Amino acid sequence: MEHFIEITDVSFGYEDIPVIENVSLDIFERDFLLLIGPNGGGKTTLLKLILGIIKPWSGSIRILGDVTGRLGYVPQFASFNRNFPISALEMVLTGCISPQNFLKRYTKDDMEKAEMILEKVNLHDKRHENVKDLSGGQIQKVLIARALISEPVVLLLDEPTASIDITSKTSLLDFLNKLNEKMTIVVVTHDPTPFTLTYRHIACLNKNLYFHEKGELDAHILEYVYGCPVELLGHGIPHTILKKH
Amino acid sequence: MPCGTVRSWHPSYYFEKTLTYRNYSGSRFRGSRFMENILSYEFMQNAVLTGIMASVICGFIGPFIVTKRMVFISGGLSHTAFGGLGIAYWLGVKPLYGATAFVLLAAGIIGNLEEKISDLFIGILWAVGVAVGIIFIHMTPGYTPDLMTFLFGNILMASRTDVIITLILLFLVTLPIFIFYKGFVSVALDEEYARARQLPVKALNMGLIVLVALSIVTLIQVVGIILVIALLTIPVAIAGEMSMNFKRIMLLSIVFGIVICLSGLSLSYFLELPSGASIILIGGMLLTLIKGAKKLSSHRKTTV
Repeated sequence: MEHFIEITDVSFGYEDIPVIENVSLDIFERDFLLLIGPNGGGKTTLLKLILGIIKPWSGSIRILGDVTGRLGYVPQFASFNRNFPISALEMVLTGCISPQNFLKRYTKDDMEKAEMILEKVNLHDKRHENVKDLSGGQIQKVLIARALISEPVVLLLDEPTASIDITSKTSLLDFLNKLNEKMTIVVVTHDPTPFTLTYRHIACLNKNLYFHEKGELDAHILEYVYGCPVELLGHGIPHTILKKH
Repeated sequence: MPCGTVRSWHPSYYFEKTLTYRNYSGSRFRGSRFMENILSYEFMQNAVLTGIMASVICGFIGPFIVTKRMVFISGGLSHTAFGGLGIAYWLGVKPLYGATAFVLLAAGIIGNLEEKISDLFIGILWAVGVAVGIIFIHMTPGYTPDLMTFLFGNILMASRTDVIITLILLFLVTLPIFIFYKGFVSVALDEEYARARQLPVKALNMGLIVLVALSIVTLIQVVGIILVIALLTIPVAIAGEMSMNFKRIMLLSIVFGIVICLSGLSLSYFLELPSGASIILIGGMLLTLIKGAKKLSSHRKTTV
């Protein structure tokens, strides 16, 4: 498999305090990468670096091919302005805004695409409802739909399972799995358990980064990264992402 | 006539006209003929035109101010205008020009502040602006203008020049909102996402603050420095009770702005009350009524 995103020796911080240091990470095409670590460990920061929202202090981030406008970003659930009245459909439409078209009206093509994607995430009947009146799981789907409308080659999700219930979690995972057939998926989370069956690689980030193949994640490394013993067991069928001891 | 001569800015100039009119008309209430009469006065025409245009401006920019939580920024901008008014008076130029210069300068400063410290510095600009105004008005020799006019506005003193300036400001505010609508909405809805989409977020934010500044310049004539905030927020609050669609909120804000301005103007005329305060009070009462009615009806729904 080819390297799709190459992050080399990247450091970044806010004001003078470094948040991530000398992070190197290769993301493959159609990878399903889990980025885990404690709060404040720099997970969201690394996503923002990949998206180009912030520029690294040092090091480089290379994305192969022309991906302008095709990085799908699903920010944290609570990050948008709930105070702003907007319908689900309109919110999804904002996903196709780019520096090239933000002075023009939405095209018919954009509208059709937005309707189609809302149908795909089973929210078509809610398309005219105000986003803030939707449930947590539905808002999460709107955020994903907004990212998908730009036909991304990689989908970067920040804490997608926070504040949604178990049923929504399961359908979200199925949906991500399906998407993974066509695109690279990077999930930032502090709770990797729901993803144990689906992920391909896992990276622990707490200022520094530790990269693992599936199944080789070791409790000692996690303890080191989190600074305390960590339990990593799934529900139901006893699938664990810990290596057998 | 040069702008800002003492005569055109002095209330008695217009009160004289108003009083004469009342003596001849006998009854104050004569329906359409009364409106015809009242609108035949140039100062009334100017007031009505300025009120309508100000409402349109409010309807365009107000919803952004409310949803983007820029009310404090707006308060800061309008109060720094007082410094410009004072200096303009001292220099003997039209106060509106001084206000415009100061508000735009303040917008430039506020737009470049880092988010963490913006609250603090807006507060400081607010107070310093007012202080500068007080000092310069105090230093102006001879006739000292009525401070109340600046602080609480007097739409009845709008001249034809003011109407034309307001018309220009109307286009300066509304055209960019038409052109950059998608960009402004993206930034108001989700700034971080707009950044990820590579939109010029900083420029859009700056642009929005400049538009707020220009709106404030217009509104100062209508309701004065202190009451500007109310005209930017009350129509939006009323509209927000009726719709959850941003474009419809803009439209409804314009309608309610016009209703509030014109009924406030009439109230001020009949009861000889200050126009700015009348406009705001009508707005406040209308909002309370609508909110109250809404609460009552939802209460009834839940109890039945």
